Amino acid sequence: MTSRRSWFLAGFAVVALLIAGVVSYLASSSPDGLDSTTLRGCTVIETAAGEELTGTCIAQHAGEHHLADGPLADYTVAGNDNLSGIAGILGATATFAVAGGLFWLIARSGRTRRT
Amino acid sequence: MAGYAPLVNSPNDAVLAMHMSDGLVDAPTSLLFGFVAVAGITVAAWKARTELDERTAPMAGLVAAFIFAVQMVNFPILPGASGHLLGGALAAILVGPYTGALCVAIVLVVQALLFADGGITALGTNITNMALIGVGVGYAAAVALRPLRRRFGDAGLAALAFVAALANTLAAASGFLLEYALGGAGDTTLDTVAWYMLGTHTLIGVGEGLITALTVVAVARARPDLVYLLRTAPRPTTEVPA
Repeated sequence: MTSRRSWFLAGFAVVALLIAGVVSYLASSSPDGLDSTTLRGCTVIETAAGEELTGTCIAQHAGEHHLADGPLADYTVAGNDNLSGIAGILGATATFAVAGGLFWLIARSGRTRRT
Repeated sequence: MAGYAPLVNSPNDAVLAMHMSDGLVDAPTSLLFGFVAVAGITVAAWKARTELDERTAPMAGLVAAFIFAVQMVNFPILPGASGHLLGGALAAILVGPYTGALCVAIVLVVQALLFADGGITALGTNITNMALIGVGVGYAAAVALRPLRRRFGDAGLAALAFVAALANTLAAASGFLLEYALGGAGDTTLDTVAWYMLGTHTLIGVGEGLITALTVVAVARARPDLVYLLRTAPRPTTEVPA
């Protein structure tokens, strides 16, 4: 690996971490295109127990996530969504670890096959 | 709590759920697309050997991390509605279609398992829509428009990346429509869902196109050798201008 390439990759990694850790705080909290589609026909109302949907819409059929109690669920850290940047950095790092590891293995298997 | 999706677990309303939840389509449909996803990802992992080597593997890992990061940044598209990058065209252009499909699939698996974003039984539909359909259509559009780059340089590259990303977004949204048509929950007619999905995703596709064009041109200027679409371009000498 040339050092110029290494510098580029390091820069790319820093950009990804800044987006996950800092820029993510600027994200719109409105539902995305899919959620706003499945929520059509419903009104979201706040109750003491959380949110409820009144009316008729597709989203009423959605089940609670099986891992909704996980430590990083909903991009929080143990439920604290002020720490979503930390959750983002952990997520980007985990994604890099899984993807980089898998791609390294695939690259190696490709090389042994070629030689 | 059963019967509806608590979009937000915490009392304040930072909604960061981005993909299909469990229960939006019935069990047979989920199962069917689970098989489609497993088959597609297996093929992608097999074919990715031709795209990956020890030099490009770290870049591909970073592309996956970059897509995870950018997906967190929802941008407003309409009052009360937002969108986010899907990343299929971006990944395919930078690291190749098979590796790109794996990048998006890994992002979706990490989001579902670590962040409770996108249902577990919905993983098959989410992977089919964004990692297989989105990447496939986005890459096909990019290849079809590749001559733009030779003629117009960076402007052509930006244009082809923009169009490929828009196509990727609309194709992925259409994947959801297919699944909803086959086994959607609820009484909303397919017609209504289709208009709303394609309308919002046209706007999201514009955002996706801008992010993709910006990123691809930035990488191509710094390290053109790290852009798969340019590495694999046919030699200019095969087309001799008069």
